[in-house]
Amino acid sequence: MNQALNDNTVMRLPRGVRMRHDAARGGWVLLAPERIFQLDAIAHAVMTNVDGKQSVAQIVDALAADFDAERGQIRRDVLALFHALIDRGVLEVTT
Amino acid sequence: MSETALTHTDTTVAPPMGMLAELTHRCPLQCPYCSNPVELERRSDELDTAAWQRVLREASRLGVLQVHLSGGEPAARPDLVELVETCAHEGLYSNLITAGVSITPERLAALDAAGLDHVQLSFQGASDEVTEHVSGMRGAFEKKCAFAGEVKALGLPLTLNVVIHRANIHQIDEFIDLALALGAERLELAHAQYYGWALHNRSALMPRRADVMTALRAVEAAQARLKGRLAIDSVVPDYYAHGPKPCMNGWGRQTINITPSGLGLPCHAAQTIPGLEFWNVRERGLADIWYHSPAFNAFRGTDFLPDTCQSCDRRDIDHGGCRCQALMMTGDARQMDPICQYSPWHDEVQTLTLEEAGRDEPFAYRRFARTARQA
Ligand code: SF4
Ligand code: SF4
Repeated sequence: MNQALNDNTVMRLPRGVRMRHDAARGGWVLLAPERIFQLDAIAHAVMTNVDGKQSVAQIVDALAADFDAERGQIRRDVLALFHALIDRGVLEVTT
Repeated sequence: MSETALTHTDTTVAPPMGMLAELTHRCPLQCPYCSNPVELERRSDELDTAAWQRVLREASRLGVLQVHLSGGEPAARPDLVELVETCAHEGLYSNLITAGVSITPERLAALDAAGLDHVQLSFQGASDEVTEHVSGMRGAFEKKCAFAGEVKALGLPLTLNVVIHRANIHQIDEFIDLALALGAERLELAHAQYYGWALHNRSALMPRRADVMTALRAVEAAQARLKGRLAIDSVVPDYYAHGPKPCMNGWGRQTINITPSGLGLPCHAAQTIPGLEFWNVRERGLADIWYHSPAFNAFRGTDFLPDTCQSCDRRDIDHGGCRCQALMMTGDARQMDPICQYSPWHDEVQTLTLEEAGRDEPFAYRRFARTARQA
């Protein structure tokens, strides 16, 4: 189910996956069935834009405005993160 | 007891991520491998609703992120919906671990509305006959399938959990087909762990080596074939392994268990180790239990392990394996897990495994003792 992602793809968290702040250890986590993913600052910044509405291109634009980094590099990082999370079943493409 | 028990935080001990809340030992099934202790706790000893709610609030404050509502059958508690509500209110991820034979569609809808995050449904067999044989309950298979359908109809994520042993190891492919047919996202195939009732029934449960190998190959093939459709987690049978599993990911490192009567345990089998002092949530705050109770501190870290472990590069990976198993087979809970190939007891374990796999014994079904046990 490793569908090709493109600029128009819209992502969302599947049912049963939640992102929350982890005060006890610091940082943010994705809570999923039987698993917990600790997000680093960059992954968290990307994931705050995943809302089931914004496309990949819009997310990359938003991040490019917030961070001083080259847009192509941001796009590659975002897609790599999305692919990794899709493979683990904690992110899905809206249909 | 105050809820602000987190007055002292030991900087060397990290807070727990998960809590297993064993709400009750009552259950309509009688699985012969049940992880509950042979001496089951009774309804009259169970914590009440307010006590569990306080424990959940303290858990959240302590750093727990996920709560596994378990048992016995957690649905035997009339206050299950309320407890799920408390989890949701505290931001705790709630996972319901159920046998799925006693929850009405209305009650399931109420659990969903209360904010339940995930359902883990146990299957004892992939057919009517095997399910009845293993669970001791007629009609259980059909009820479970219907329940799975209701879970999916609500859009809740579903994991099927199967404990594998001699009486169902031939059904691996059927379990996989079942998970697909029921629309589960995940399937857990866990070989029986020999504590509690399973230890009692070890010679009836232990699979034969050839069957274990066939099962492992079937699982690997399915994992490759179904990648992205169905996630299959498989726990390899201990007794046939070379190295121990990182039991609980280390004693008192990530998880806290609370028994129906309120005891705080580092692992569900910890009570099999004599001499450990467990604290109860009726008398102590959860943080106090986690950081200070003698049972939690008994095997934290790796200092207590034998020299072989100290010079082994797997020490910080497997933490020397399971304490309960070490005790059970060597008489010393500080020993390395005898599953380890470097353990002086390793050969004995292998011999015993072969012997027991060759026997044919009937199940002793899990039941409450009729009368108080005499030694
Ligand atoms: S293992 Fe079987 S008997 Fe034990 S709690 Fe689960 S369903 Fe009930
Ligand atoms: S010697 Fe100890 S640390 Fe090494 S594999 Fe065996 S149990 Fe694990």
